[in-house]
This record gives sequence, structure tokens and C-alpha cells, in this order.
Amino acid sequence: MKYLEIEHLKKTFDNLQVLKDISLSVEEGEVVSIIGPSGSGKSTLLRCATMLERMDGGSLSYLGERAAWEENGTCVYAPKSELKRIRKSYGLVFQSFHLFPHFSVLKNVMDAPVNVDHVPKAEARLRAEKLLGQLGLADKKDAYPHQLSGGQQQRVSIARALALQPRILFFDEPTSALDPELTGEVLKVIRELAREHMTMIIVTHEMQFARELSDRIIFMEDGVIRQQGTPQELFGNPDERVREFIGKFQA
Amino acid sequence: MDFGMMVAQLGEGMVVTAEIFFLTLLFSLPLGLVICFGRMSGHFLLRTLSKIYISVMRGTPLMLQLIVVYFSPYYVFGIKISAAYRFTAVILAFALNYAAYFAEIYRGGIESMPVGQYEAAQVLGYNRTQTFFRIILPQVVKRILPSVTNETITLVKDTSLAFVLAVVEMFTAAKQIAAKETTILPLMAAGVFYYLFNLAVAAFMEYLEKKMSYYR
Repeated sequence: MKYLEIEHLKKTFDNLQVLKDISLSVEEGEVVSIIGPSGSGKSTLLRCATMLERMDGGSLSYLGERAAWEENGTCVYAPKSELKRIRKSYGLVFQSFHLFPHFSVLKNVMDAPVNVDHVPKAEARLRAEKLLGQLGLADKKDAYPHQLSGGQQQRVSIARALALQPRILFFDEPTSALDPELTGEVLKVIRELAREHMTMIIVTHEMQFARELSDRIIFMEDGVIRQQGTPQELFGNPDERVREFIGKFQA
Repeated sequence: MDFGMMVAQLGEGMVVTAEIFFLTLLFSLPLGLVICFGRMSGHFLLRTLSKIYISVMRGTPLMLQLIVVYFSPYYVFGIKISAAYRFTAVILAFALNYAAYFAEIYRGGIESMPVGQYEAAQVLGYNRTQTFFRIILPQVVKRILPSVTNETITLVKDTSLAFVLAVVEMFTAAKQIAAKETTILPLMAAGVFYYLFNLAVAAFMEYLEKKMSYYR
């Protein structure tokens, strides 16, 4: 089943077309990495997919349900109540975490399930504690975000997203704000999620990581998908621009 | 008049001062939030009206506003003003005036919040009301506390303006005693009272700041 389907997505900021006709579909259990130079539109694609940014054209569906589509040349979104339901199908992990600083780690993870999904408190707490345990944060549940390292904060934000039990998890450069030292612990968590067949779409600059983990890699440049394929296809037979880009990372 | 009697009379004025102080805060703190919402609204008319309101309230003397609030029921609506309205008018004018200042303090706090907090809340499915009251407002309160302390301390001293409507708060009481007894001692005593009041206000606000210092 297609978990995510984007067709002919267009997005313009102040006369600058950032995304030019992007189509992308992601199947259940697939791990898709998006790579490409900065300014290529990767993050904007993620922000449009997660509805943080309005699309100017094209369509967007989750699990076969339409969130947005084109009508008479403009993009129309589904009614609010439907969008609210559709939003439940995905989670997003931000580059700079965006944890709620006034909530403890435990509350960060259980607050949305309790107040958005109306999960009973005791159940939400169990779920949160279990997640924090799996992510190696059991002893941090009473800490506040500012007391944690960047890697720990990012793991909390992954737990926060997972607590709502999304079908798809988006990552927007999850390790770009972290020291190389701390990057490893976050990548390890994402690797474990991949092993559990979590459907994930990851914007990343970690080439090695994308290569070993992804079912498919998408290379974006200037608002278009320049090349996509399995890691073998992309790294084994890169087109000229992709080769240049990958080369920079290996240098 | 002996010293004890003087202090007792000042004490009565002090009660009125405290009443003005607490009632003004009680009404102006929430009213400020409402005006702040208007000021930040996407609705043009609402935003413009709020802007004009804030501009007028901050741009004219509170003393004049007290007079306008007191006399306008008679001059505008022809309603006979009762003596009891004097105190009400003081509270009304103070609350309307301070709400304008608080509205701008709130706005500063809200606009200083990083966009990421809103985006995280949106992706997690919080609606707008939940986002504001659960995520944004608690953090805004922490950020604006020092400015609110400033405003609150100014309010303690501003209460003396109630004399224009002949409400006998502490400063008026001190002036009356000073005139009758031809000594400035009551005024000095009143000064000590104001200072102690503000010391208590500052201590309380510091306590609040400390209570919220568990996060950054």
C-alpha cells in the first residue's frame, strides 16, 4: 500500500520556484533518503509533505486519503477535520529538536497522546516509559530538555513523535545540529527503527548512513529529482551531478 | 497628633492603595491578553482598533484618563454620577490603562517565541488553543516576568494618582495629615510605606522567577 503519494508538487517563494514538479511515492515499510546540495529543496519538500508549508500545486495523499489536490490551477486542501485525521498518520523529527523546554522528558513524550489523542494518562505514561527505555533514556525521564546533550534531546524528540504511533516518520536532517560524537547515537536509533520496518523518509547529509540504510535514495537538485534508485543504482551508476556531489563528501 | 495615630491614618490609606493595586492587576492582566490578541489578529479592523487603543492609552496621562472615565458617564450619557462611582472609576481607568501596557509586553513575549515551538505542536496535532495555552503561554510568562515586575512596581506608585478623583489612598492621606500638622513627616512615612510595598512586590516576583527557573 502506498503510504505517501505526492504528485506534481510545486512550491514558489517570492517568485523563486523552489520545487518544480516533484512526484514521489513511498510504500509501506520503505526507507527513503533524500540527499542533495543545500538549496535543492529537500527541506521544503519535507515541509510541504508534513503540511508545515502550503503547496502551490500538485497533490498529496496519505494511506490513500487525499490531503491536497489541484483544482482549476490552485491547490485545495481537505477540510480541517480530515486534515487532523490525516496528520495522525505521520510524525516529524526536526533538525533542531524543538522539544518543549518547560515539560520534563516524560511529559514531552506523553503530553500529545494524552491531550491530542485522548489516550488515558496511565496508558500514555506506560507507552512513553517504554519508548524512552528503548531509546536508552529511561533514567532521563524526569530531566528537562536543557539538561540533556543534543543527541539525547534528539532521541527524546524521536520518542515524542513515536508516542503518537505514526505510520510514517519524517526526519529533517536529524543529525545536522549534532557533534559527530553524538550523531552516532541518533543514527543508531534510526537504524533500529528501519530494522522494525518503520516507514521513513529522511533528509540527510550522512552519505554512508543513507547508503547502508535506505531502500531508495533520491537525489534532488534545483527543485527537481535528478536521480533516484536503490543505493546500489545511485552510488554504482551515478549521473554526472550526483557523482560530483558524492565526491565532495568523500573528499 | 501622635506618631501612632498618624501611622494608623496612613494605614487606612494603605488599605485603599492595596485595593487599587490588586484590583487593577486582577482586571488588567487578563484584559491585556485580550488586547494583545486583537493587536496580533489577522483581522485588519480588530488590529487597527487595538493599535489605536494602545496608542491612546500610552500616549495620554493616566491622570487625564481618570478624569475622563469618571466624568464621561455624565457628559456622554447624561447618567448622574454617584459618589460610589469614584472608586469604581479609579479601578476602571487603571485597568484600562495598564492593560494597554501589558498587551504590548505580552506581544513582545509571544513574538520572541521560536517558530519551531509552533511547528512542533502543529505536527503533533495540538489545535491552536492547546498550542497557545499549553506550549506558548507558559514560556511567554517566564520571558516577560521581568517586564511585568517593572510595570507592577510602577503601578504601586501610580496608585497615588487616585487623588484626582478624591479617593483617599495613602498619598492623599499623607498630604492631608501633612497639611493639618504642618510637617513633612507623614509624607516621609508614606515614602517608607511605598518602598516596603514595592520591596514585597519585588520579592514575590523574584520568587516567581525562581519557581520558573527549572527550565531554560
